[in-house]
Amino acid sequence: MSIMEYNGGSVIAMVGKECVAIACDLRLGNQALGISSKFEKIFPVTDKLYVGLPGLATDVTTLKELFRYRVNMYTIKEEREIEPDTFAHLVSSTLYERRFGPYFIEPVMAGISTTPGGKVKPFIAATDLIGCLNFAKDFVVAGTASSKLFGVAEGLWEPDLEPEDLFETISQTMLNAVDRDAYSGWGTMVYVITKDKVIQRTLKGRMD
Amino acid sequence: METSFAITGKGYTIVASDTTAARSIVKMKVDEDRIKVLSSHLLMACSGEPGDTIQFSEFVERNIRLFQIRNNYSLKPSAAAAWIRRSLAQSLRSRKPYSVNLLLGGYDTTSHRPHLYWVDYLGTMTEVPFAAHGYGSYFVLSLLDKYHDPEAPLEEGLAVLKRCMDEVAKRLIVNPSAYKIKIVDKDGVREIEL
Repeated sequence: MSIMEYNGGSVIAMVGKECVAIACDLRLGNQALGISSKFEKIFPVTDKLYVGLPGLATDVTTLKELFRYRVNMYTIKEEREIEPDTFAHLVSSTLYERRFGPYFIEPVMAGISTTPGGKVKPFIAATDLIGCLNFAKDFVVAGTASSKLFGVAEGLWEPDLEPEDLFETISQTMLNAVDRDAYSGWGTMVYVITKDKVIQRTLKGRMD
Repeated sequence: METSFAITGKGYTIVASDTTAARSIVKMKVDEDRIKVLSSHLLMACSGEPGDTIQFSEFVERNIRLFQIRNNYSLKPSAAAAWIRRSLAQSLRSRKPYSVNLLLGGYDTTSHRPHLYWVDYLGTMTEVPFAAHGYGSYFVLSLLDKYHDPEAPLEEGLAVLKRCMDEVAKRLIVNPSAYKIKIVDKDGVREIEL
């Protein structure tokens, strides 16, 4: 019994053409016993940046609150919104603070930033539970279905997908990967972030 | 191990908990009230380590009351649940964590909606239409998947609750002898016999 698999749950993020997508499942369990099918693991940081927190459910809530507090303090001090890459380092150092008694969460971030020249830069990143950053150019996965998500994403993802195609890719990846994992599933929530809007959809999944 | 469960319906939340206090193989008490009334519209069913449940529930009760006295209004169920969860989450990473699992049933007098929160000793919290703790949860949750209706009137809600208790009595090897049942709705908290 691993503490990382106690409640179950998975998150994935993908890069598209001038857009990014992030998706999570909705299950909360106690080992094999399902408790809730409405447990969201993705939270907004700014209106163009989202963070997914799969892992031990108590730490999902604790870290959600901690990141909200730290991002608010940053926004007040700096008088501007936090950039995705800055937030990734905030996540990393917050987790490394607890190096020898960690939060059992593997965060996944997805957002877009606009350069002063007006160019749109998609951004995704993930860390392990002690804050080791992984900046990927294609997709990042985390949670109990991570091994399955890697396989499906590797087969479906391609570069420069438009928002609607990226939505289809991440949705199919998520739905098919969590069906092979007993600890993830019970519905999926998808966010597609583009430079002028965020599309949020809840997908029905197998309820077994 | 003790069993407690709760369901929400149209304008009410029902919380039920068995009343046996056991130690090892011995029944010490058969009329233990495990459901604490935290405020006029908030109930909390506690199970877990016997000493911890009492200590923690009284700690919560007094802090909720203190807030009421200081601010002249009581916490909404969502706010109370968040505070209780945080207390448990902080306790988890202390030297001696509380080993207490909770069901929080409340009625929000501002939005006129019933609420139910499932909380465990780790500080895991989620809002649910129905919930259970203990060995009884393995039978009750699947039963409620089939029979629970969030729009059911109180009579139907109580009928479903009766089914739950009967199922636990039928299938669990150590069946609880009696249950304490409390309802919270727009009129506040009341205890009933079934």
